[in-house]
Amino acid sequence: MVDALRPALESALLSAGALAVAAVLVIALVLLVGHDPREIATTLARSAFGSRFAWENTLSRAAPLMLAALCTAIPAHAGLVVIGGEGALVLGGLAASQAALFVADVPPFAAIAITCAAGMLVGAAWIGLVGALQQARGVNEVISSLLLSIIALGLFDWLLEEFLRDPASLNYPATRPIPDAARIGALPGLDVHAGLAVALVACVAAWWVLRRSVTGFAIRVVGGGVRAALGVGLPVGRLVVATCVAGGACVGLAGAIEVAAVHERAGGALHADYGNTGILVAFLARHHPLAIVPAALLVGGLAAASGPLQRGFDLPDAFVRIVEGVVFLAVIASETLRGRLLPPAAR
Amino acid sequence: MTSAGLDPPPRVEARGLARRFGPVIALDAADLDVRPGSVHALLGENGAGKSTLAKCLVGALAADRGRIVVDGRDVTLRHPRDAHALGLGMVWQHFSLVPCLTVLENLVLARPDAPRWIDWRHERAALDAFLEDVPLRIDPGARVADLAAGEKQRVEVVRQLRLGHRVLFLDEPTSVLTPQEADALLGRLRALADAGRISVVLTTHKLDEVIAHATHVTVLRRGRVVADAPLDRTIDAATLATWMVGHAPPSVARPAPRDARQPARLSIRALRVARAAGGPPVAIDALDVHAGEIVGVAGVSGNGQRELVEALCGQRSVDQGAIDVDARPWRADRASMRAARFGCVPESPLANATAPDMALADNLVLRVFDRAPIASRTGRVRRDALRASAQALAARFAVQSGALGRAIATLSGGNVQRAVLGRELVDDTRLLVAVNPAFGLDVGAAADVRRRLVELRATGCAVLLVSEDLDELITLSDRIVVMFEGRVVLSTLGVEADRQALGLAMAGHSAIASARADN
Ligand SMILES: Nc1ncnc2c1ncn2[C@@H]1O[C@H](COP(=O)(O)OP(=O)(O)OP(=O)(O)O)[C@@H](O)[C@H]1O
Ligand SMILES: [Mg+2]
Repeated sequence: MVDALRPALESALLSAGALAVAAVLVIALVLLVGHDPREIATTLARSAFGSRFAWENTLSRAAPLMLAALCTAIPAHAGLVVIGGEGALVLGGLAASQAALFVADVPPFAAIAITCAAGMLVGAAWIGLVGALQQARGVNEVISSLLLSIIALGLFDWLLEEFLRDPASLNYPATRPIPDAARIGALPGLDVHAGLAVALVACVAAWWVLRRSVTGFAIRVVGGGVRAALGVGLPVGRLVVATCVAGGACVGLAGAIEVAAVHERAGGALHADYGNTGILVAFLARHHPLAIVPAALLVGGLAAASGPLQRGFDLPDAFVRIVEGVVFLAVIASETLRGRLLPPAAR
Repeated sequence: MTSAGLDPPPRVEARGLARRFGPVIALDAADLDVRPGSVHALLGENGAGKSTLAKCLVGALAADRGRIVVDGRDVTLRHPRDAHALGLGMVWQHFSLVPCLTVLENLVLARPDAPRWIDWRHERAALDAFLEDVPLRIDPGARVADLAAGEKQRVEVVRQLRLGHRVLFLDEPTSVLTPQEADALLGRLRALADAGRISVVLTTHKLDEVIAHATHVTVLRRGRVVADAPLDRTIDAATLATWMVGHAPPSVARPAPRDARQPARLSIRALRVARAAGGPPVAIDALDVHAGEIVGVAGVSGNGQRELVEALCGQRSVDQGAIDVDARPWRADRASMRAARFGCVPESPLANATAPDMALADNLVLRVFDRAPIASRTGRVRRDALRASAQALAARFAVQSGALGRAIATLSGGNVQRAVLGRELVDDTRLLVAVNPAFGLDVGAAADVRRRLVELRATGCAVLLVSEDLDELITLSDRIVVMFEGRVVLSTLGVEADRQALGLAMAGHSAIASARADN
């Protein structure tokens, strides 16, 4: 076997194996609560991928998942585990909703660009802070990103309630609706918003930069061996912060797109866990930017099937979350098999 | 020493052991017979299969074919536990201690019978008593992460003895020790072996040690045994070298003294760097390295050499004082390194100079990947150019061919060292910091490296050579300084260097800091 392909093949096998193990566990769970796993599987497959509508639903959910996954996957190349996408996503969405209020009279394309830029800027600053803290003060990025995410969610609620709430939104606090110029429409011929195309472009761009470009090479050296990176003079601090800024921009953009294409305002619905689920997508894809696309489709499909599963089988809301959790555990656990699946890797 | 056990060590035999790694034949029907009470040296070039053979015999690696016979009985070693039960244990070439724990904690936790409830005071007392009997200076309270390579090696050996292993496999145990320490360690092991209490299997590239301390020698070449003999007077280092490589190794001549004094390339003034272990800080008042000069730094590992090198290589911040390169403050960033044509070979290169899970090829080009021809105008990495550059750099020190696509961590210790040397000792290096550059290399390659240092010096390169091999320092250096507890305690010209004085200074007995010190 070609040595260079070995890691990629091993990653694919590990992910596939983890999914298989998770499937077995979920089947056991379904049997335990007294349902026929085959029926559940059929419903799941049908409502995720079984029809045009199902596909459109899945794709609309996959788009923010891809961008949110990049928030974990890009810093991962520099050796960081960033798990704070959710907070940056809602703040990005909020910023976008406010920027959009100023662009009513701007031509649509520019209006959308400004709206999205606002979301990206805020997301980049928020996650960039995680990288900066890690580099400047040695603060563990797992903890800081998690805590900053909680702060961001609190900040979001407070800003919304105190300052930005649309008086017309009575029982559902939300900002004022964004003007038409800032709204993102559907892709031609599909009932899927154009954010999907943006997300795909972002994944491909991230792939090119991280896996093909000189900068990406430097980033991977930092992730693979900080001491070696320092020893050859690479600007470790700048590269680490840059990956966080890029990841944050992606997840902030996800928030902006949710506002501009789906909700048309920022409200509690923005806090739909895309940021957290994105972590699962990133790990399932082993942080490979292109593998994020199929992983997001899979997880997006699961989310799309959530409603029909609840209605059809009287399953609790938590069912899909439990499935996600099981998949996540299986994926993380499978990582311990790396190097044993396809030897040689012993020292 | 009670824990060496009362039973004599078992006889351990390998019969026709074979092991492949993909296309690489690491072992090809190798035989080994370790008689009780022998000190058995395992020799061979880098990649000859020494480590692989030892790993098979301690259950760390499964052989594809062949038998392992212990005291006449066939055994199957599926796991190091199985070997432990038979009294076989290994000191690894790459350290296997838990870095965030103290030495004492590591030693206690290594015991399979570690109690659930540990009485640390009792353990400490037991260890102190044990250490009285062993000529190895270790500080049970120190954190392993803060130890230098030499100190870790000593802990590893003590751990094996504490575990009661009676057949010890040591993979290049002395490569990080000073000659005195190595002598003491091997002498002690030999005495235990002579008393019939342990057997030792030793891989090393230092032939003098073999002559001085081994009782038997087995030479491997490309996975096959090419010589196997008890060691007697008729066998000298040249014979061993010839067995290993098929011809006598070239010797490196002391370089001719420099005629005129060149300008100082590297100049250190009033430097203070905090120590990892929290010991006395590195405090160097003045140290210069001139163009065309090799300045050797001698010292027992753990006396501040590591921190000095890290400060020079940008891996540790400087608290006070100045490091100047070409009369400008040294900022160890990429542009300065390139301008100064800087190269650095740190200790433990796998951990300090590589991204272990990246491919060998990627690791070889760490200094040049962001320039043409590897970087294209559009900022893309050109894989074909990368491969070509890597191939050229690998060829310089004959890194195992065909491994370019493999993670560098899977290479043998010597091959990792060669790769880093190939990357850092390029023709246009003009300022080089090298720590134990011949670490883990076979005699032929070690001579190559030393010759290369002399060549670089001749072309005007300034070399700071940190080494624990006094012979190497004395042969190569224009000037030698000795570091002890973070300070330079002795400075002498290479031609006038006296082993005795150096050794004393290294041990901290130096009232004789020479008047010639520090230009
Ligand atoms: N885990 C592994 N995967 C692939 N190849 C390996 C692995 N371990 C060893 N090899 C290969 O097997 C051969 C023998 O390696 P080994 O480590 O036994 O050499 P060695 O004699 O100990 O060399 P050195 O003196 O450099 O330590 C080498 O070609 C090495 O690259
Ligand atoms: Mg070896």
